[in-house]
Amino acid sequence: MLYPQAVESTYNVLKKLDVTVDFPKDQICCGQPSFNAGYVDEAARVARKLIQAFENTEYIICPSGSCTAMIRDNYPTLFKDDPKTLAKAKELGNKLYEFSEFLVKVLKVKNLGAKYKAKVTYHHSCHMSRLLGIKDAPIELIKNIEGIEYIELPNNQDCCGFGGTFSVKMADISSAMLEEKIANVKSTGADILLGSDLSCLMNISGGLSREGSPIQTMHVAELLDRGLPK
Amino acid sequence: MINTDFRKRVDKALHDEFFRGAVKRTTEKLRNGRINQNKTLVDVQEWRSRANALRSHTVQNLDKYLDEFSTKLEENGSKVYWAMTDKEAVEQINTICAQKLAKSVVKSKSMVSEEIHLNHFLEKNNIEVIETDLGEYIIQLAQQTPSHIIVPAIHHTRGSVAELFSKVGDEQLPAETPALTAFARKVLRQKFIDAEIGITGCNFAIAETGSVVLFTNEGNGRMVNSLPDTHIVIMGMERILPSFSDLDTTLALLPRSATGQKITSYLSILNGPKKQQEADGAKEMHVIIVDNGRSRILGSKYQEVLNCIRCGSCLNVCPVYRQIGGHAYGWVYPGPIGAVITPLLDGLDRWGELPYASSLCAACSDACPVRIPLHELLLELRKDKVKLGNNTKEKLAFGAYSVAFSSPTKYKLIKKVGRKIQIPFVKNGKIRGGLPAPISEWTRTRDLPTLANKSFHERFEEIQRGE
Repeated sequence: MLYPQAVESTYNVLKKLDVTVDFPKDQICCGQPSFNAGYVDEAARVARKLIQAFENTEYIICPSGSCTAMIRDNYPTLFKDDPKTLAKAKELGNKLYEFSEFLVKVLKVKNLGAKYKAKVTYHHSCHMSRLLGIKDAPIELIKNIEGIEYIELPNNQDCCGFGGTFSVKMADISSAMLEEKIANVKSTGADILLGSDLSCLMNISGGLSREGSPIQTMHVAELLDRGLPK
Repeated sequence: MINTDFRKRVDKALHDEFFRGAVKRTTEKLRNGRINQNKTLVDVQEWRSRANALRSHTVQNLDKYLDEFSTKLEENGSKVYWAMTDKEAVEQINTICAQKLAKSVVKSKSMVSEEIHLNHFLEKNNIEVIETDLGEYIIQLAQQTPSHIIVPAIHHTRGSVAELFSKVGDEQLPAETPALTAFARKVLRQKFIDAEIGITGCNFAIAETGSVVLFTNEGNGRMVNSLPDTHIVIMGMERILPSFSDLDTTLALLPRSATGQKITSYLSILNGPKKQQEADGAKEMHVIIVDNGRSRILGSKYQEVLNCIRCGSCLNVCPVYRQIGGHAYGWVYPGPIGAVITPLLDGLDRWGELPYASSLCAACSDACPVRIPLHELLLELRKDKVKLGNNTKEKLAFGAYSVAFSSPTKYKLIKKVGRKIQIPFVKNGKIRGGLPAPISEWTRTRDLPTLANKSFHERFEEIQRGE
């Protein structure tokens, strides 16, 4: 809806690795916006549709750390009183992998043979690094791109200030957090800020764009896609 | 709706650059200290699991251990009091003060004493109360409340302290640490000698032996509990540890998590008042066990929050606390732990905004030495807040979301309509403003991306057709 390029790049990278990719057309949203705001019934309704959409899939690859964490960690809570959906939700969780996690853990690919010349840094989104515990996989993929200069982002454990409805409910605090994140991004001198969560990237790029910064933001999959031999 | 008082407090904090700088510097130092010292534990995750099991077991069996603790205390010659509310607690303390004809009380650091507004109450009854922890002494002089659980005067500097002390001493003191600590030492020493009563908190209470355990770094706690004739201990009812050997786990984790120290500078273990053959100690020991809302949490889905050992490490990693500091939270306990326990102890209806003062980044849960899932508890509070049902507009919005985002046809329609609606607001491929709340809250400081002309749903159909 907002960043189709990131999904298309995910598709392209997977194709390049000889994965047969389907995109079930009934999938919409994992329900996280509603769940994290405390609206559980509304989240369950959206989640049920997603579970249904992926019933017949072998592996599900998600280019978002926090959506992956939502399904793995929160669906079991969401459907704890509905055994039938709960079983399906758990099955979905077991088949589900975050993009870089799938590449490194399942396909055992760390080097895609991509080439791209740029100075980059990476934002560790909170749910991906703390809830899923995935920190190394995206960095390995990035560092193995030929021509990439990778600079570590200072204070990279700190949230960018997005936090779903937090970003509008507590916009002042959220903006103060973002201001600090942007200062850290700029201090690296990178041309591109990479990430694995489009919502965090939307927040950071929104701030960068507002101040007219030339720093680009993109999903790890997009950079890999750009660097892959065509 | 966000409480306007909360907004005002946040606004004040966000506009105080000096204060924000001090908070950032100090919390960073504490957070790095914890991370570095935890490395000396070989496997800190194992220690955290052990601490979690220990605290969970204790809280689950709190009635039994409280009974054991109070029986032991009485056997050892202390007096035990049970206070259901803050009011009962201060009245019990006031009665003891009246019996002792106390005019002057010295205190060492205690968060539960803040919770029951003890100083205010005693001062109203013409009893002088002196905080003897240096940080607490500073904020007492500045007529403030603590803005951090461990570093209460985090928002002060040498300069502001010199100003406060100069006023008290009626002399011009330099803004130099040795001169300032020497001054505090001189003033406080006399206060220790003059006081009839010493009041301390209690870091841990050991059921097996009836011991009160105090962790301090300045030695003031030891003066408070041994120089005055009467020692009053105030403790939250969940401070219990079952046996003496359990102290091992908390002894390793509390100083590391709080200040990045391997061990606390002073550890006092008090088993009761001074015995005849002993040279030091208070002649009488009174222990006030405070409930003040805690038993309501027992048995609820929030029970784990009672595992807290008040180390403050969740404050030091919280990106929200980092920006707004402690006073913005509005009550006694700030940071993630405050955002959870304040509504639980003092009412979700009064503190409904606090569970939302978090981006749910889970840094708190990750840092907590006893593994309290703080971000999950914040989420539970949000669910309860929604059940209170006083935000109709938001309820409607999420209702609409759930309808549109669970139906492929409606979702398709939303995208189509959205692309039309956004047209007048798009400038250079971005939306910079002009839309109503809550989007306007976003666009105050950030640009918003536009809805793509083609979503991947649509693009995938093309790919399949070989385009």
